Amino acid sequence: MIASQIPLLQTLFPNIDDWGELGQACIDTLLMLGGSLLLTVVIGLPLGVLLFLTGKGQLHAMPKLYGALSLVVNVLRSIPFIILMIVLMPLTYVLVGTKLGIRGAIPPLVIGAAPFFARLVETALREVERGVIEASQAMGATTWQIVRHVLLPEARGSVCAGVTVTAIALVGYTAMGGAIGAGGLGDLAYRYGYLSYKSDYMVVTVLLLIVLVQLLQMLGDRIVAHYSRR
Amino acid sequence: MIRFVDVHKSYRVDGKDIPALEPFSLEIADGEVFGIIGHSGAGKSTLIRLINMLERPSGGQILIGDTDMTALTGPALRAARQRIGMIFQHFNLLSSQTVAENIAFPLRIAGGKDSAAIHARVDELLRRVGLTEHAHKYPSQLSGGQKQRVGIARALANNPSILLCDEATSALDPQTTASVLDLLAEINRELKLTVVLITHEMDVVRRVCDRVAVLDAGRIVEHGTVADVFLHPRHATTRRFVSEALPEEAAGEQVPYQHVPGRILRLSFRGEATWSPTLGRVTRETRVDFNILAGRIDRIKDLPYGQLTLAMHGDGVDAALKALRDAGIEVEELAR
Repeated sequence: MIASQIPLLQTLFPNIDDWGELGQACIDTLLMLGGSLLLTVVIGLPLGVLLFLTGKGQLHAMPKLYGALSLVVNVLRSIPFIILMIVLMPLTYVLVGTKLGIRGAIPPLVIGAAPFFARLVETALREVERGVIEASQAMGATTWQIVRHVLLPEARGSVCAGVTVTAIALVGYTAMGGAIGAGGLGDLAYRYGYLSYKSDYMVVTVLLLIVLVQLLQMLGDRIVAHYSRR
Repeated sequence: MIRFVDVHKSYRVDGKDIPALEPFSLEIADGEVFGIIGHSGAGKSTLIRLINMLERPSGGQILIGDTDMTALTGPALRAARQRIGMIFQHFNLLSSQTVAENIAFPLRIAGGKDSAAIHARVDELLRRVGLTEHAHKYPSQLSGGQKQRVGIARALANNPSILLCDEATSALDPQTTASVLDLLAEINRELKLTVVLITHEMDVVRRVCDRVAVLDAGRIVEHGTVADVFLHPRHATTRRFVSEALPEEAAGEQVPYQHVPGRILRLSFRGEATWSPTLGRVTRETRVDFNILAGRIDRIKDLPYGQLTLAMHGDGVDAALKALRDAGIEVEELAR
């Protein structure tokens, strides 16, 4: 491994004897993050649109459906992620055939993050000027056309900001998942850094996570700035 | 023709019906510019939204031609709405789309046009509103007047037969207001579409409307041709609106001329009478003297008009009044 031949790293972190394992943990974290973020957006975006449309005074106000959706979203959001992960284990097994590893981590990550993201989408859509929606109705647009051509494009800046916030929350979740067998950087930090007292692992993991979150935030901010035309 | 038949509207708030519009009937003829003037909260926004069913009436019918709008739902309502353009006080443009994309939007919604046809139509509309060079800008890069021109182009995209204007000039400065009103008048003339506009400014009504209805607290208190309503307002609300447009109290009923000798008269000239020297001829022939207290000569849309408040003295005043009336000038003697 190339990293092990760099003297500086070895001097700084003498207890890390397998840099390859660390690299693999990074890749695992990124895979968990990418996979769960993608599914979170795929599920959370329509859910957020549904929450918005059925909300009070909106295009398809349905108080009962809104109330039910809202309750489910709130319940899922109120369970701490580490508990949600354990509670969901049987479901996870049914869905992906394992409770462990990257695959085992993705269902609870998505179920934990999608309601959160859906709320962010709902809030973003509420920021769209009512007048613009009214103008589209006056033109004879269908609800689908309004969602597709008005709501989502007008809110895309705030929706992208929501994706960024969700991605960063998911970084935290993946690290927590590491503690109960999901793998990745959290797993490494927990097993070596905490259980084996090799604090080097903890430091390197934390540094890597900081870099990851910084990169995500910078990327997100750029996308939001690109879409802000007001 | 747009016909309101026994229409009324109330909103349900906390289990109680709050009336927004008292029962009324009204007809708006094809090709005219019809103004609805009222203070905020008078119900004019509700009234204009009844035409395209953005608000549904609590009772009564709204007919456009032979179509009962209140009976339409779903696809039939959406198709009917595509034949009614609407512009707004705050423009309501898509901020994420360029000018050209905003104008293309109703065309895409309506469907049935390929992108070449949409492109050609957008170019045509941009030329009509004079924004060809701004096609690829975003709304935030435009001035208020330019934004409203985009709104107008968008409203005209599907060749509507009716254009609804919801306080379309209220967010604009006086000069821009004038140019947007000129554009609306031009569109009305050239495309022969019916324009319904709501406003709280009598000047807007005076410049572009053929007929006007005055709305006060949910009731139509007065309606008729703009010249009639403007020169002879009957209801107190109408008089207030008119006196806003005419800073001197030319339209007021209470005249503060107690100290002025002679009889206080208000003369209204319409059309060609405005340009003929009738007053001079009549006063010379009847040997009366007069003193001008207030006056204005202007236009109501294309109709020249003049209104003078005079104090007249001499033995021949009655003869002068008759001669003026015979010459087609409206004469009122004001109480003092």
